[in-house]
Amino acid sequence: MSQLYAAGDDVHATARHEESHLDSSPVLSVCDLEVQFPTPLGLVRALNGVTFDVPRGKVLGIVGESGCGKSVTARAVLQIIEKPGRITGGSITLRGESETTEITGLGPDSKRMRALRGSEIAMIFQEPMSSLNPVYTIGAQIAEAVLIHQTPDRDEALRRAVDMLRQVGMPHPEAAAASYPHQLSGGMRQRAMIAMALSCNPTLLIADEPTTALDVTTEAQILELIRNLRDRAGMSIMFITHSMGVVAQLCDEVIVMYLGRIVERGSVDDLFYDAKHPYTRALLRSIPRIGGNRKAPLEVIEGSVPDPHHRLAGCPFHPGCPKAIPGRCDTTVPAPSTAGPGHTVQCHLYQADEIGHPERAENV
Amino acid sequence: MNEPLLEVAGLRKYFPVRGGFLRRPVGEIKAVDGVDLTVNRGETVALVGESGCGKSTTGRTIVRLEEPTAGEVVFHHPERGPLHLESANSRTLRAVRPHLQMIFQDPFASLDSRMTVSSIIAEPLVINKTATGQRLKDRVAELLSLVGLRPEHANRYPHAFSGGQRQRIGIARAIALNPDLIVCDEAVSALDLSVQAQILNLLEELQRRLGIAYLFISHDLSAVDHIADRVVVMYVGQIVESGPVEQLYNAPKHPYTEALLAAVPQPDPRVRTRPKILTGDVPSPANPPSGCTFHPRCPYAQPICAAETPPLLQVGEGRASACHFADTLPLTGAVAAMSPPAGL
Repeated sequence: MSQLYAAGDDVHATARHEESHLDSSPVLSVCDLEVQFPTPLGLVRALNGVTFDVPRGKVLGIVGESGCGKSVTARAVLQIIEKPGRITGGSITLRGESETTEITGLGPDSKRMRALRGSEIAMIFQEPMSSLNPVYTIGAQIAEAVLIHQTPDRDEALRRAVDMLRQVGMPHPEAAAASYPHQLSGGMRQRAMIAMALSCNPTLLIADEPTTALDVTTEAQILELIRNLRDRAGMSIMFITHSMGVVAQLCDEVIVMYLGRIVERGSVDDLFYDAKHPYTRALLRSIPRIGGNRKAPLEVIEGSVPDPHHRLAGCPFHPGCPKAIPGRCDTTVPAPSTAGPGHTVQCHLYQADEIGHPERAENV
Repeated sequence: MNEPLLEVAGLRKYFPVRGGFLRRPVGEIKAVDGVDLTVNRGETVALVGESGCGKSTTGRTIVRLEEPTAGEVVFHHPERGPLHLESANSRTLRAVRPHLQMIFQDPFASLDSRMTVSSIIAEPLVINKTATGQRLKDRVAELLSLVGLRPEHANRYPHAFSGGQRQRIGIARAIALNPDLIVCDEAVSALDLSVQAQILNLLEELQRRLGIAYLFISHDLSAVDHIADRVVVMYVGQIVESGPVEQLYNAPKHPYTEALLAAVPQPDPRVRTRPKILTGDVPSPANPPSGCTFHPRCPYAQPICAAETPPLLQVGEGRASACHFADTLPLTGAVAAMSPPAGL
């Protein structure tokens, strides 16, 4: 089986596709998740009731600016939130190949949780250099995961490591397995990280800004690899990014986060062609785009992200929102309302029957 | 109109590779290998390319943070006329510094954490004895408001600011002496989306009001499209193409430019042009390929490309390309993404 994920058709890919769940139940369900960090300056509420599903065999994008809670969400799923942060409410349910696991019911250091990490849920990080051990070869590091989760045979594990490197499109996989992280380029290291993450056939892959530190050309290669993981191997992927371009090019569904809350979710088309939430729309207008109006100033989102220690009443975006309704947006957190099939928005402009008519909602 | 401000010719910067017991030089990395470029007064020239292409080293060598190995850097000083920076002594350099400033990528590393914002911004004014006492205070307050910071920020320390605010402090320091040219080395790359927009807008506004020219070094082709008048594309230490931004983006004349533009993830799901993906990596400048350095990755490569180095030749008004087939290749430009949603 060569280049399973990187290129070409493969029997193995189809086989895996069939043996995975045929039902459409989501791989991961997160419900009302709350994460808090008690700090000397006060309590930081990193996540305030986040609810979403990761659909099977699709790429779910989580987009937002720094501090919106997208990385914390990913880390909560693996229970690797940095201390003193902890999950204070909600549930995370993983529907694996064989069984369903309530992740929030497991202790972060429990045997079951440790078994899940790497084998059922794997994660790749932004900076591959800091997640690879500089004193071990790439092959040994991939083999380590295989040894822990799959086989006790060292040679078999190493063989599988080389095989994984070949599958992620690493040129000269044998040579790459024998090299140390510093000998590889950024794109190669990210491929090695992905090979490591995939070595135990995880049900869910979490990618936390894996292309942010890479050049556009390398980024395009890694995005193509991730698309192939989804299309050929049916992998379910949770992809965290701050780049609207990457979202448009890669994701099937998207969640937009702001200050520890989801403000809008929908298909990638909903988000780019029919964005509802004022924050999503402002975000889309603030990015420079090729062929856009050169020299016209870019839209600026008013105000800055509020102090995390300060608890804001109402909608988290109301201080910067051009359409904030006084007495409503600054007092009540908007409930999610439906804007279309699979498209929900949390904004007072779109409550109940007012969907799609913000002008009318304004007069309420 | 097109009054040159900075003229760089044949700029080279080689770093020695040392090895062996005595750390003797055993080779050299040609980080910048013969770069020619001109920045006119009040315009923005972008220098783009992948990491390791030598764009940052070019910027640092121009302002003499690195000693050039060879070549000429001529800066047109408003009072003293053209000055050769590559051979300038420290007195001449000190005369040039107020007019030639730099903004760095990492706003967390480029500000002294033990100095207050006002002393950071005042430092260039104090060193150059431009202002003292009340005039100094007034100038710092003026600079703060120019970059969109409030007067009460003056006595705080950098740690109290977000990334975007720190970049504003860095910009205030750079414009304190009314420079003619600012070298912006990845000035918006480390910033959040909405903050990036603010800083790009600020740079453009300062250009309009103060006539500052920018050498905008960046790998972000979308930001470059927005801010630049002319673009210079670098690959392994050399310029492969240059030209006005609109023409270069719409109809590139070098396969590398085409590949770079095709790889930009466009914020539009229907522009899913699966990019003609560049295989392989940027070659090491210590051991560049023969002929055209791009030929091992070029989808249009011919035998001549491995044998002969193509010179950078003019290919139309204000445009240049270093490709043997610049005139004949049917290259595709960037596809424009949809326009953003209207404001609510």
